[in-house]
Amino acid sequence: MSRAREFADLAGSADAGGLTGKNILINGGMTVAQRSTSTSMAHDGTTDAFGVDRFRISMGGTHEQLDGTFAQVTDHPLSVNGKSSKWTTGTAESSYDSDEYFYFAQLIEAQNLQHLNYGNSNAQSVTLSFYVKSSVTGTFACNLYKEDSTTRVINKTYVISSANTWEKKSITFPADTGGGGIANDNGTGLYVSWHLAAGSGAVGGGSNGAWKNYGGLTDWADGQATNAVATTAGATWQVTDCQLELGEQATLFEHRSFGDELQRCQRYYSQYDSTNGGWVGSGVFYDADTAEITVRLPQRMRAAPTVSVGGTENHIVIQRAGTSNAGASATNATQATTVAYKFSVDTDANSTQGFGTNMYIQNTSILKQDAEL
Amino acid sequence: MDEMNITSAQWVNADQDTVKAVIDGDTLFVAAQAGNRHYDQIMLQVAAGDLTIADAD
Repeated sequence: MSRAREFADLAGSADAGGLTGKNILINGGMTVAQRSTSTSMAHDGTTDAFGVDRFRISMGGTHEQLDGTFAQVTDHPLSVNGKSSKWTTGTAESSYDSDEYFYFAQLIEAQNLQHLNYGNSNAQSVTLSFYVKSSVTGTFACNLYKEDSTTRVINKTYVISSANTWEKKSITFPADTGGGGIANDNGTGLYVSWHLAAGSGAVGGGSNGAWKNYGGLTDWADGQATNAVATTAGATWQVTDCQLELGEQATLFEHRSFGDELQRCQRYYSQYDSTNGGWVGSGVFYDADTAEITVRLPQRMRAAPTVSVGGTENHIVIQRAGTSNAGASATNATQATTVAYKFSVDTDANSTQGFGTNMYIQNTSILKQDAEL
Repeated sequence: MDEMNITSAQWVNADQDTVKAVIDGDTLFVAAQAGNRHYDQIMLQVAAGDLTIADAD
């Protein structure tokens, strides 16, 4: 094969989405949903939540009525069994106050953005592409928001023309040559946000169309021209095949295997439960009641994680030599690193100091590890 | 743009490697290391005088 043919094939592969690594976003196909496939949110309850992995939806300001559901659904513009993320409004916000804003976003780790060369003359443009479907037509805004060095922001808009119809959108953001760039670390490099609603105090700052220093909330969603997703009961907004890539052209969505995408997600969040973990660690009885278990993480995480227990705590079970197993009556997690932590389980049931033990999870218990941005 | 409702915080042990905190209604064991988003928010609120981390039991 000639070198010319090889280069031509390589170019064709990129056009067909064959090259890996071009999509800076993780889980853009909305395939991985470790936490749950549906999350309820409410103005007076959960106002910031993850749905499918790496994507969050947030209510800012002081919503008085808004609630709804954020779910992974089997509904995709191209694939019969493909996935998308869908917001459905339950109780609508009766009027959208100036301080209120509502958005869907992924935060990108800073060290994964160094090739954008932000902050100097070598900075690169990026293009965001996605499929979107909503019961609401009108002009919506997306932003890039950077906190490192000088806080910077840019919004650009897209139009949903037909209600309840998948539409492909592509938005090119110019290079940001100012603002001091993005630190080369494991912190937040960029927010990529899809605005669903924005009060009058969250628009009008002049960030629509060009990078600028962030001047406050009026820059957050500049260009967003409809709040109907939040103010209409039963309104929907859904998205899939989200891709952020270098350059000014949107190429075909990069399909990654489920395992590849799951591994990427587990750098930020993982959980053990009865279906995906079962046996999660071994340890020793520190004293007659308390077992200390080493829990290893499935992936080296971005940062030492926050650990929490979901479901029913006493479904976390400790083996005891020569007698019946015991459910947890109290737990705590300490000494976390990016690879493991110590999980202490009080059983209120005597064993023997120094005896070895194992821990498993059954029924509804969930052991959650969170190192999200 | 991150907003967290932190209603309590207490060191889990004398080593102060973990904070037990109630955030948005959930009890969390937060690794006391910069870069953990929960710990960063706790320390922001401590610095602002809005939150105190209680000593370990």
